[in-house]
Amino acid sequence: MSLMQKHAVFERNSIVLLIGILIVVAIGGLVEIVPLFYLKSTIETVTGMRPYSPLELAGRNIFVREGCYLCHSQMIRPMRDEIERYGHFSLAAESQYDHPFQWGSKRTGPDLARVGGKYSDDWHVAHLTDPRSVVPASVMPPYAFLKDAPLRGERIAEDMKTLRLEGVPYTDEDITNAEADLKAQVSPDGTADALAVRYPKAVIRDFDGNPNKLSEMDALIAYLQMLGTLVDFSTYDDKANLR
Amino acid sequence: MAHEEIDKVTGVSTTGHEWDGIKELNNPLPRWWLWVFYACIAFAVGYVFVYPAVPLVSSYTTGFLGHSQRASALADAEAGKAARAEVGKQLANASLDQIKSDPKMLEFAMAQGRAAFGDNCAPCHGSGATGSKGYPNLQDDDWLWGGKLTDIEHTITVGVRSTSPDTRMNDMPRFGTDGLLDAKQIRNVAGFVLSLSGGSVKGADVAAGKQIFAENCTACHGEDAKGSTDLGAPNLTDKIWLYGGDEASVINTITVAHRGVMPTWGGKLDPVTIKSLAIYVHDLGGGT
Repeated sequence: MSLMQKHAVFERNSIVLLIGILIVVAIGGLVEIVPLFYLKSTIETVTGMRPYSPLELAGRNIFVREGCYLCHSQMIRPMRDEIERYGHFSLAAESQYDHPFQWGSKRTGPDLARVGGKYSDDWHVAHLTDPRSVVPASVMPPYAFLKDAPLRGERIAEDMKTLRLEGVPYTDEDITNAEADLKAQVSPDGTADALAVRYPKAVIRDFDGNPNKLSEMDALIAYLQMLGTLVDFSTYDDKANLR
Repeated sequence: MAHEEIDKVTGVSTTGHEWDGIKELNNPLPRWWLWVFYACIAFAVGYVFVYPAVPLVSSYTTGFLGHSQRASALADAEAGKAARAEVGKQLANASLDQIKSDPKMLEFAMAQGRAAFGDNCAPCHGSGATGSKGYPNLQDDDWLWGGKLTDIEHTITVGVRSTSPDTRMNDMPRFGTDGLLDAKQIRNVAGFVLSLSGGSVKGADVAAGKQIFAENCTACHGEDAKGSTDLGAPNLTDKIWLYGGDEASVINTITVAHRGVMPTWGGKLDPVTIKSLAIYVHDLGGGT
């Protein structure tokens, strides 16, 4: 029996075939996935990245819940046309606190990795309420109900604890103050100083145009308005982070 | 193999598998297929040496070519900038008249402006720049903050009620929400304002409205209600309305005072792109 005929062993024994598949796939995983966790070059050194504030995190949860990622990626690829349209390509560091990440290659709508600050809050409210009122050719469904849905903040501390298990550096203080911080970020009357210290660059204002109500719209827009705004690219060294 | 058996018709050995008397022949794989398979393996081995591939303890093999997707993207982007640099530099130093009289510069500015408008401005101002409720029409000659090239350029750079320290800023009082005027007074002043452009408000006392206007509105909108581009106060005598010109809309605007926001684009877009945008917008028809 020549060597080339030994595959008969795999073809005749399903358990042997199964073990063989397992070994091959495991090697693929070891070579392609495991190094990303220990290689220092995986995540770039940047200044400005911080975990999401409680309100932004709540908005992110809504983003994921509504399946926004099905049409919108958050990953500007390192290609000239993407850089021209969206700005600097996305860094791994920018999604290091994302669990799960919101990358993607399916874009029915535009990439959102740097949408923060690009449009006004009013625009986001109008667009989420009725996308075609501002973008006539849009195929996005309306999310008007977010404005009426009260934001329940009591579970946000639990979310942050879970993320901490996954490695997001929330402190005990962050978690203790989670619900208060969540409410403070939409309050324009200056009760948010501690929040601004804990989460630098956090945008503190009423987002949905209704200061009397904390809605899911507030959270989602707070999240959209911070996307891609954290990393300070004036201190980022492109040459040192070529991949 | 235990089942060595030659098929009589073809002379090929069988695999020993048999279904209802039909036996599977143990033919070799097609040659062409096999060679493609081997070629793929050879390609993969070559790829491992030429491109970044193998993870090591503290780094990874970078490959003979030293290829980096990021480096090539940055180089591409730089090449794009370099291609635009020559005319861009001229553009940065040229006045509107110079640009308008130089076909090369004008063509460049219009092309760059159109592309940048589509990427950044169209979501609010519309792909045809005709605006919508709350977002100014840029095709007409009615300007909140001035329609000269330099005005437009400045507005794009600093935004309106935005994050730049120099941003265009005014805050119309919320006459209704903050209780500065009561509902009847607002109705009267709305009646006066609409009368300036030939409209009317049911049940409004225009004379009383005129008095209220003189006391509350003229500081920004002017004695003649023609507004001021220095203050960003709209002209109230024309029929161009940012938030609607019907009775209910005007009353609502006086009551809650919409304060629209335009983002600061300086820092996000480079100065030449902003100038191109200004020229494009100016050239849409309404520039002064």
